[in-house]
Amino acid sequence: MPIRPALLAALVAMGPSCAFAQQAAETTPSQTQAPAASQPAADVALIRAAVLRVDNPGLPPISRLELPTEDLGFAGARLGIEDNDTTGRFMGQDFEAVEVTATSETAAAELDKLLADGIQFIVTLADDETTLALADQAGDRAMILNAGARGDALRGTDCRFNTIHVAPSDAMLADALAQFLVWKKWTDWFLIKGSHPQDEAFAQAFTRSASKFGATIVEERVYEDTGGARRTDTGHVQVQQQMPVFTQRAPDHDILVAADRADVFAAYLPYQTWDPRPVAGSSGLVPRSWHPAMEAWGATQFQNRFEELAGRRMREEDYQTWLAIRIIGEAATRQQSGDPATLREFILSPDFDVAGFKGQKLTVRDWDHQVRQPILLTTGDLTASVSPQEEFLHQTSRLDTLGIDRPETECSF
Amino acid sequence: MNHLPLAAALILATAVPAAANRVFVSNEKSNDVTVLDSDTLEVIGTYPVGNRPRGIAISPDGSELYICVSDDNIVRVFDPETMEELHTLPSGPDPELFVLHPSGNPLYIANEDDNLVTVVDTQTHERLAEIPVGVEPEGMGVSPDGKTVINTSETTNMAHFIDSETFEIYANTLVDSRPRFAEYNHDGSKLYVSSEIGGTVSVIDPTTQQIVDKIEFEIPGVLPEAIQPVGVRVTNDGSKVFVALGPANRVAVIDGETDEIIDYLLVGQRVWQMAFTPDESLLFTTNGNSNDVSAIDVESLEVVKSIQVGQQPWGVVVAPDAQ
Repeated sequence: MPIRPALLAALVAMGPSCAFAQQAAETTPSQTQAPAASQPAADVALIRAAVLRVDNPGLPPISRLELPTEDLGFAGARLGIEDNDTTGRFMGQDFEAVEVTATSETAAAELDKLLADGIQFIVTLADDETTLALADQAGDRAMILNAGARGDALRGTDCRFNTIHVAPSDAMLADALAQFLVWKKWTDWFLIKGSHPQDEAFAQAFTRSASKFGATIVEERVYEDTGGARRTDTGHVQVQQQMPVFTQRAPDHDILVAADRADVFAAYLPYQTWDPRPVAGSSGLVPRSWHPAMEAWGATQFQNRFEELAGRRMREEDYQTWLAIRIIGEAATRQQSGDPATLREFILSPDFDVAGFKGQKLTVRDWDHQVRQPILLTTGDLTASVSPQEEFLHQTSRLDTLGIDRPETECSF
Repeated sequence: MNHLPLAAALILATAVPAAANRVFVSNEKSNDVTVLDSDTLEVIGTYPVGNRPRGIAISPDGSELYICVSDDNIVRVFDPETMEELHTLPSGPDPELFVLHPSGNPLYIANEDDNLVTVVDTQTHERLAEIPVGVEPEGMGVSPDGKTVINTSETTNMAHFIDSETFEIYANTLVDSRPRFAEYNHDGSKLYVSSEIGGTVSVIDPTTQQIVDKIEFEIPGVLPEAIQPVGVRVTNDGSKVFVALGPANRVAVIDGETDEIIDYLLVGQRVWQMAFTPDESLLFTTNGNSNDVSAIDVESLEVVKSIQVGQQPWGVVVAPDAQ
């Protein structure tokens, strides 16, 4: 439908800085965008959200390429706000996202402040336990958009009605990889898992995927985290000795699947295994929500916009916070409303969908509030494949071949 | 004996029907343009044109070929006969798709990365305006009377109605997800806007800017999520509408009166853009994943040939008849 009044307001608010540069062949015309948030037109609706990132001290990642950045996740949300605001100019809507960092200890207090401030959309980047605690604390005062935690229990026995899961679950990631491996007929897997609880959870997801899609786990082996030297000047010398020894005497297998959420060993595996076999899972062929080399489905423009804004490549955390903010924006556009209750209801309704540069509409599962999405299977430099693989059919949505489907869910709201 | 081949060449040259037109295909990944002959359906030549060529258009008199070379942030203008570069036009960053005013001037360009539509005078080569639009502007259409320019923004999901005199947006119509293309029928009574992710084509009444009909597609044996409408072309009499359905690898044929689907034509893989020959006997489609162009016989609705072109063909335009 036509939307005239809001547009007029927006055009007025843009003022002379957006005036059309006449006869300016050599000079660059002003490219000032959108009205400043500080001078909204009288009838502009302000739609507020927060991104709450819970950082816990830990060891640096195995590869320095994976070092976290100060703006991890926040940069994605900033792009989401920019995108929402550009559309908002035509709708009479203005968006903002407060950025908060916390630790597990301070997260509750930070959430209290946001709730007291009246913010009703909280995007979280936190581990499973903290995400659940924040969801319970928020209750019906806010919608939690989980952009970080991947545990299946959060979507199952621990599910909460006020939470939607923008990040893909362990089960979705494992199924995405499993479909590809089964398509390749690489069905004998040697599963190596770390010794941390989140590694065990990811390994369980692979075990479930194997039985779901007809693969066999020929052996499951635990890589104990004994607090090794990790990155040191001579680290690779030890790695070159340790990894072949650790992986020897496995039964015949097509591929080694690593479940290493704690980032202790998986990155060392490729090319260091006893048997010449490829590696997948936590390294090698990695299932992800996003990858900076992704180019299909208009992603090039999206990557360009992000890189211009953030000065670095987009990571999964940024994609997930961007998508969370876009979900709020898309709901506001379609409902032509800034009322949080209206938006929350619409996001959870069967009429809601959002585009996320993955070639099809993304929707929310009503049984556990997981966002349905294709999963990228990535190597170091490229997207090697995207699951669901075409050959796996489903009676309602092929995206529901990934993760916990309606009949299997342990969630009850 | 020496002049015999020349005579033969002359005979051959005159034997070519006057109806032959050059067909220009922009190849996004191989950074060149493939030129085809619309009569023989053979490749005439392949010419480098700059980085990431996408949108492609030709002036009404056939004297200038315009190509959005997205990664060079410029529009390059070529002589369609010699494929020599004549000059460039300031396009603004990342030009993707553009449309010429029916008179041949100005050119309206969607700048995908900067949420702008840039208006460029094709005679003076000056930028006349930059119009802020929604996120990821792509589709560009112009009304037959030249008074309204349409831009679709892919992430904002709107068709913006722009006054071509004042360069101001006077209306916005919310459509389904990821609108890629906007095309009027020739009497200006209907505006078609395709939504790639939404999987629909909205039929809009340009006078009220209201959606009057929404065309949905269903193809037996094709997954619904693979049906991603992009390019739209309408015959001059408005009776048939062709919609390229992306990874469904088909072109839908729609009755321009009733908005009902008549047929689906199987073409190459990931079909995006299309162009008619001036006599509307043929419709060419760019098939980005199979690196070819399909030629459709418009009368019989049959795909008559696939022609191999460069890497990831994106846009296509056919030269007007010689004047």
